[in-house]
Amino acid sequence: MRLGWATWFLVLVLAFTGVQPGAARAAAKEELVIGVSQFPTAFHPNLESHVTQGYVLAMTSRAFTGYDADWELVCMLCTELPTLENGKAVIEKLEDGTDGIALTYTIVEGATWGDGTPVTTEDVLFTDEVGKHPKSGVSNAELYRQILSIDVIDQKTFTLHIDRVSFEYNAINDFEILPAHIERPIFEEDPENYRHRTAYETDFTNPGLHFGPYKAVEVSSGAHIVLEPNETWWGKPPFFKRIVIKAIENTAALEANLLSGSIDMIAGEAGITLDQALAFEKRHGDQYQIVYKPGLIYEHLDLNLDNPILADKRVRKALIQGIDREAVSQQLFEGHQPVAHGNVHPLDWVYDKDVPKYSENLDAAAALLDAAGWTDMQGGVRHNEAGTPLALELMTTAGNRTRELVQQVLQSQWKRIGVDITIRNEPARVFFGETTAKRKFTGLAMFAWISSPENVPRSTLHSEEIPSAENGWAGQNYTGYRNPHMDQLLEDIERELDREKREQMWHELQTIYAEDLPAIPLYFRADAHIWPKWLKGVVPTGHLNSSANAVETWYAEDVPN
Amino acid sequence: MIRYFAHRTAEAGLLLLVMSFVIYLLLGLMPGDPIDIMASGDPDITSADIARLKALYGLDRPITERYAHWLADAAGGDFGFSRLHSRPVLEVLAPRLWNTTVLMGLSFILALVIAIPLGVIAAVHPRTWVDYGINLFAFAGFSLPSFWLALLLILLFSVTLGWLPAGGVQSVGRDDFFDWALHLIMPVTALTLLTAGRIIRFTRSAMIEALRQDYVRTAEAKGLGPFGVVVGHALQNAMIPVVTILALDFGTLFSGALVIEQIFSYQGMGKLIYDSILGSDFNVALVGLLFATALTLASNLAADLIYGWLDPRISYG
Repeated sequence: MRLGWATWFLVLVLAFTGVQPGAARAAAKEELVIGVSQFPTAFHPNLESHVTQGYVLAMTSRAFTGYDADWELVCMLCTELPTLENGKAVIEKLEDGTDGIALTYTIVEGATWGDGTPVTTEDVLFTDEVGKHPKSGVSNAELYRQILSIDVIDQKTFTLHIDRVSFEYNAINDFEILPAHIERPIFEEDPENYRHRTAYETDFTNPGLHFGPYKAVEVSSGAHIVLEPNETWWGKPPFFKRIVIKAIENTAALEANLLSGSIDMIAGEAGITLDQALAFEKRHGDQYQIVYKPGLIYEHLDLNLDNPILADKRVRKALIQGIDREAVSQQLFEGHQPVAHGNVHPLDWVYDKDVPKYSENLDAAAALLDAAGWTDMQGGVRHNEAGTPLALELMTTAGNRTRELVQQVLQSQWKRIGVDITIRNEPARVFFGETTAKRKFTGLAMFAWISSPENVPRSTLHSEEIPSAENGWAGQNYTGYRNPHMDQLLEDIERELDREKREQMWHELQTIYAEDLPAIPLYFRADAHIWPKWLKGVVPTGHLNSSANAVETWYAEDVPN
Repeated sequence: MIRYFAHRTAEAGLLLLVMSFVIYLLLGLMPGDPIDIMASGDPDITSADIARLKALYGLDRPITERYAHWLADAAGGDFGFSRLHSRPVLEVLAPRLWNTTVLMGLSFILALVIAIPLGVIAAVHPRTWVDYGINLFAFAGFSLPSFWLALLLILLFSVTLGWLPAGGVQSVGRDDFFDWALHLIMPVTALTLLTAGRIIRFTRSAMIEALRQDYVRTAEAKGLGPFGVVVGHALQNAMIPVVTILALDFGTLFSGALVIEQIFSYQGMGKLIYDSILGSDFNVALVGLLFATALTLASNLAADLIYGWLDPRISYG
């Protein structure tokens, strides 16, 4: 009887408050609620870079240039990419006699901030000023250091004078324009505290900060962001009248929210892991569209080449042939995370399909270990003449289920060729903050590198990038890899403008990488996008310029677009 | 009494000062500073940028110097900026504190209202089916994993029945009382169940002990009814050990509902402190942990004062 009263009471409360099961679904065609696993730490586009921040900003603004879903560099805020062929890129001699380049861009005619102020070259000059100021707090200032000066041609056209010529000379993807009419007074009053006082952090719902298809109308820190169409957007009008981006950090709760209708979709860029998505697909796959997009996250094993065992190339080759990466990809990821045969993704145009590939070959692995002197098998573990066991430590981030699973498979597979693997894992902040950054791992370290299309791996392969106490642990060449030929190649690729010659150089780079094996490639990680059946037009990219960069093309199928 | 209060307050102040240094030191000694974490998510950031940012954020200075600087600012009411929220620390803490106060306060009061009578009933009828039933409820309460209970509630009330929102503090675009109350039902229920179990067990054992005392037999011999004996005599004395446990629990409640807050996406202090430690948001973590420490000290002081009320023989001389 009491239960009956309680139930009636609840029903009355629900009826009174207007909350009914399925209410969220009824409104779904007008509104799209996106679940993400993390709330952006900051909104200022140049102070910090973060996946969910990039996802939100892609809806409210656009970088000058970026990569599209086909991994091609395109103009997003400019009208045409400056090239040597169209005459908008001109190589010029600098005062020191080296080559620089002048690049002329024109801002899209209709580009207007949400408060009606046009986006102009004044904003370009201000953005450069902030980027160059040593105390503004801009995180990645490399592009601004390269810009020697800016010539303003008119309200919409300007020329950048860059201090070097590289193959990606016209990519200014990090140049995220700031509204001078709002930000300049704040910046000029106190540049050192600009990062705390910027309107992006204190007043993100100010329409004057947004010129993309949407503008932010509500921000609840840590919980959600509400976006509505921006009247000043120059492009195709967006379909949804409202987009809500909800942060739900626990991935099980993220799934439960999807099933309950509290959210419509889970963003692949910042959602659930692949193994969770596979499990979700088995249970609820018929109710949702689930798309797996392999991307530029390269999962691999860094080998510490200062370890005498791993310094021997034959041992490294034996290790890669001692494991069945194809089986790992099929068994653990159902083939959605393809085996990596190097550090370049097969979808990248510089990928060389003829690059030497390794597959499981236990006989070849055994022969290589024998040749390297690891001949004496004792208790299932190889030893050398000096009696040293072939024992290595394999480390990764503790608590990452997928990596820990892969780790166990690799350990058992290497056991077959007499390699004794000890697993030692650490929390991510210790692993990345100390162990890899200061090269404290003694054997193998499993983690991933995030890159962009045609990303020159200078920071991970050039010998000048080996972290040490002397250089303040700068650089990301954690393996300690040194190869003068590779160093030269990395420098040459950056300067080579001829696409065909560069393709040849990339072929050479991938061949050396496969031959030297400073790292064991595992697989390219895939993003798992979960969408409602009615949502159309979303195209996952697999790189840092997220699918939200084309948010204006998203629509609900059963409503005429 | 006033002297005792002043003495304890001064002690607490000194302890907080020491704790602020210890927490600052521990946070500072953790591997990876905020800039390292920022750099790990940005493949294009250069070594020169990392060095520039570390200097800008003062991370290139010795930790003692940074602490002295923070302490001087804090004395003037400036607790610094949150790295993860890009706002002043107090601005970040205030709404979270309110959310936590509501969540914890409601579940704490509800747990007391449910647990103390149940504990007393179980103690008055030991080894009967009533006692066994209450014990089963209590054990279930504190042995259920909090994440499991929370997910079960979401699956039942949000996914299957669709009655309650699956998480958050308020629906987007609504700021009315009923919407807010609906969002509280599941997290409060989960926390109440988890907290009540412990209190039932403590109340039951304290009451069983109290009911064996001579003064209870004397009260019964004097002809006092069962209700008068239990509530008027035994309960008051049995509450002394329970108050000690509650005082300790109260402090940790503000930082301890992490799992519940995480699963229900509830914007509270536990989640804030956890996120700030993981994200190297030192200023928020420090002030949040200090607040939890201050609350534990304050609730223990309150417990000491309540002892005197419960047992007049206790003096504060």
